[in-house]
Amino acid sequence: MGRLILEHTLQGHKGRIWGVAWHPKGNSFASCGEDKAIRIWSLSGNTWSTKTILSDGHKRTIREVRWSPCGEYLASASFDATTAIWSKHECNATLEGHENEVKSVSWSRSGGLLATCSRDKSVWIWEVAGDDEFECAAVLNAHTQDVKRVVWHPKLEILASASYDNTIKMFAESALDSDWDCTATLSSHTSTVWSIDFDADGDRLVSCSDDATLKIWRAYHPGNDAGIATPDKTTVWKCVCTIAGQHSRAIYDVSWCKQTGLIASACGDDGIRIFKETSDSKRDEPTFEPLTTEESAHEQDVNAVEWNPVTAGQLISCSDDGTIKIWKLIE
Amino acid sequence: MPTEIENLNPSVYGKIKEREKTANDEDETIVDPFDKREIFDLIRNINDPEHPLTLEELHVVQEELITISDKQNNVHVNFTPTIPHCSMATLIGLSIRVKLLRSLPPRFKVSVEITPGTHASELAVNKQLADKERVAAALENKHLAEVINQCISSRS
Repeated sequence: MGRLILEHTLQGHKGRIWGVAWHPKGNSFASCGEDKAIRIWSLSGNTWSTKTILSDGHKRTIREVRWSPCGEYLASASFDATTAIWSKHECNATLEGHENEVKSVSWSRSGGLLATCSRDKSVWIWEVAGDDEFECAAVLNAHTQDVKRVVWHPKLEILASASYDNTIKMFAESALDSDWDCTATLSSHTSTVWSIDFDADGDRLVSCSDDATLKIWRAYHPGNDAGIATPDKTTVWKCVCTIAGQHSRAIYDVSWCKQTGLIASACGDDGIRIFKETSDSKRDEPTFEPLTTEESAHEQDVNAVEWNPVTAGQLISCSDDGTIKIWKLIE
Repeated sequence: MPTEIENLNPSVYGKIKEREKTANDEDETIVDPFDKREIFDLIRNINDPEHPLTLEELHVVQEELITISDKQNNVHVNFTPTIPHCSMATLIGLSIRVKLLRSLPPRFKVSVEITPGTHASELAVNKQLADKERVAAALENKHLAEVINQCISSRS
C-alpha cells in the first residue's frame, strides 16, 4: 500500500478551479478557472507562490491550460469560444473559429500542431506557422456531441478525443491525401468520457467517465501477434481492462505517469485514487490494483490531476473548493 | 421565452402549510440536520417559466420525490414536467439545481432528475443537468442566467 502526503495547499483563484498543468521542466505550473485568470506558480525555497497572473485574455471561464513541449508557450481554452496563446506573459495570438465553449487544448509532441475541441462537436487542428501564427489544418466533425478533451499521442502525430457521446476517437493524417481522418472509435463507456491520457509509449490509453469507471485501451497494429484483425491495415484499439467499483461518482480527470506507470484519478466524490499495474498483469488482459485512496482529498469535486513530468511521485490537483494541492506519493 | 404556451390548462394543486416552529428550532445547541421538508421549502416556491404558478402548485416538485442524506452529503430531487413533451424541462431542472447550489452548503452533492417515465427526453435532459461543465457554461450566458433568476426569485 502507498500513501499520499499533502505537501502544499495553495489558494489564490476565486471560485472553482478547472485546470492545472505542470511546466515541462516540472518546477512551475499554471492553473485556471472560473475567475477567468491564469496563474503561474513556482517554488522558491519551500513555498509555492503565484509569480504571474494573466487576466486579460478571456471573457469567460478558462477551462484548460497547456504548456508547449518547449515550455515557451502556454495555450488556454475558454468558454468564450477562443483559445489564447501566451508567451512571456503576453497574449500572442487568439484562435477563433469554434462556435461556443472551447473545452480543451493540446500541443503535439513536436510542438508543431495544436488541437482544440468544443461543445460545437468539432475538433480543430492548427498548424503552428510562425511565432504567433496559427493556420487551421482541419476541422473534424466525427463526434455527435460535445467534445470534452483532446490529447496528442506522446510520440506520433495521432490525436485522441473524448466526448459527451460516450466515445473516444483517434485521428491521423492520411498519407494519401494529407487529410485528417478519424481512424478509430473506442466505444465501451456508458456515459460522457471526461478525460484520457496515454502511457509513456502511447500503445495504451486510459479513459475516465461519468459512468464512474476507468478503462484501459490497447493499440493493436497491423500484423500484431495477438491475432487481432486490423481491417484496412488500420490500428485497432480494444478495451482490455475496466476498473469499476472504485469510484462513487463521475471521474473528471486521469493522469498516467510517464515515469512510474502509475495512474491517478480525480473524482466528483472529492477523492484522488492511485492505481498500479499488478506484477502478474498480462499484456492483453492487464490488471490494476488500487495503491491508495485519498477519500477527502478536497472539500468538493476534484477537477484535475497531473503527475509531475520530472519529479516522480509528485502529483498536483485542483477542485471546485478553490484550492490547488500538491501531493507526494510514498510507496 | 416561447410565444405559445404548451400546456394551457395545467392541473393546479394546493400549497402545504408553513412548517411549525418548535422550541428546538430556537436552540442553537441542538444539531439540526437537513431534512426533506427543508429541501422542499427551498424549491417549492420556484416559479414555473410558463404559468404564474409555483412548481409546488403544479406538482412539478413534491416532498415525497426528494431524498436526502445529511451524513453522506447527498440530495436527490426528482421533478415531474406537467406534460411529457414539455420543452421547459431542462430550464425547470436547471432552476432547481441552481437554487439548491446557491442555498445549500457546498459539501452537498446535488442531483436533479426527471421523475422516471414522465418525459419523452428523460435521459437526454438528465444527462445535461448532471453535466456540471455545461451547467457552469449555461450560467455564464447572460440571457439564460436572467431567465433562471426570474424563476427562482420569489414573487411574494
